[in-house]
Amino acid sequence: MVDFGGWDMPLHYGSQIEEHHAVRRDCGMFDVSHMCAVDLVGPDAGKFLLRLVANNIEKLKIPGKALYTAMLNESGGVVDDLIVYFIKEGRFRLVVNAGTAEKDLAWMNTWQTEWKSNVKITPRRDLSIIAVQGPNAKARVWQALPETRNATENLKPFFAVMVGDYFIATTGYTGETGFEITLPSSGVEDFWQKLLDLGVKPVGLGARDTLRLEAGMNLYGQDMNDTVSPLDAGLAWTVDLESPRDFVGKSALLSHSRQKQFLGLLLLDKGGVLRAHQKVLTAHGDGEITSGSFSPTLQQSIALARLPLETAVGDMVKVEIRDKQLSARVVKPSFVRNGKVLV
Amino acid sequence: MTIPSNLKYTATHEWISKDSDGILTVGITEHAQELLGDLVFVELPTVGKAFAKDQEAAIVESVKAASDVYAPVAGTITEINEPIVKSPELINQDAHAAWLFKIKPDSGADYDALLDAAAYEKICQE
Repeated sequence: MVDFGGWDMPLHYGSQIEEHHAVRRDCGMFDVSHMCAVDLVGPDAGKFLLRLVANNIEKLKIPGKALYTAMLNESGGVVDDLIVYFIKEGRFRLVVNAGTAEKDLAWMNTWQTEWKSNVKITPRRDLSIIAVQGPNAKARVWQALPETRNATENLKPFFAVMVGDYFIATTGYTGETGFEITLPSSGVEDFWQKLLDLGVKPVGLGARDTLRLEAGMNLYGQDMNDTVSPLDAGLAWTVDLESPRDFVGKSALLSHSRQKQFLGLLLLDKGGVLRAHQKVLTAHGDGEITSGSFSPTLQQSIALARLPLETAVGDMVKVEIRDKQLSARVVKPSFVRNGKVLV
Repeated sequence: MTIPSNLKYTATHEWISKDSDGILTVGITEHAQELLGDLVFVELPTVGKAFAKDQEAAIVESVKAASDVYAPVAGTITEINEPIVKSPELINQDAHAAWLFKIKPDSGADYDALLDAAAYEKICQE
């Protein structure tokens, strides 16, 4: 068990690598109730989000559609990364990180007061979230909750639908298909037990980290934080600088262009495991690993790194591990998706 | 937790067994294996290399973290367990069988100062 953003969470239930493989090959479940759902309700909810987050929520036209985005501070640093679900006009649900939830709520309340927005911001501490991920995840959820099948069978990726007590989303943090299911905490033990009885393997934080790393997904606090621009953290795709709308942090991003490339590394030499904060030596200057570990799927060490702008996919670089300089290849920061190796 | 009483231990979670010829076999404990989780990398010392007591002699890395393995006594490496370099998971499977290296102590005094099972168990519980 480890402390994670104030929550006591299992790093692994048994073998972390077995848990990782279960998600890639079959399915696994994660208790991610530490993440905080926040409901935004009121006539100004949409307008408020348009100014609050870096991505453009006008992209959310169909009820249920979700959008990955970041909240920035005025210097353009990332306050948090989050998912915004569009429920209906005047109603949105955000899901934010555990360790940043209090900071996020304070941040939202500050802007709500500043802009005099008519929107009610409610953290839903009464809800729990279970993620079921893997090629067989949906089938297992439908076995556990047959009443949800009709409503979720044709749900496209990055959508959510409310079925009774269950808020079921086709989002995730593993690079596999599956659901993230938000439900009242009073029913979560029963639901977990039902899935367990169906043979769904519980997965801890350790495998959650290696799965998201293989999928090339960022981790807040590690790959970006309040002092890192989303443009330097591989999150440019979540920032909308095209539309004329203003949002918090926009002027800072416009005056301070991208400084670093956010790319993947594949360790070629034996001699250790890539880890956060290791120095990367390139022909164009030094870079730094922000997340690194051993990839159970590739059986090789992989990392996400901030590298000099001139660095290109395919370049060979050196990584300093202890007293050695080991060779690594620069790759696109997406190593495995839907069970398939991409590098 | 298994802490065999026929082995000696260090506070840094190495186990040590003494062969009849006085050579010491060294591995990491079951407790260390559990804390580290799935091991994915092992670096062993070179045979013939001399180490001071408590000097870093080997490295084990799990998916979670890297950890040094210290020479429990001053001495010279006489043999290393090559198969675990290819298959670090052997340590997870049986930490007390998957030894890392053998070391010939410079003197008997270092060995006598090692912890017994009861003393090591106390450390694990702290």
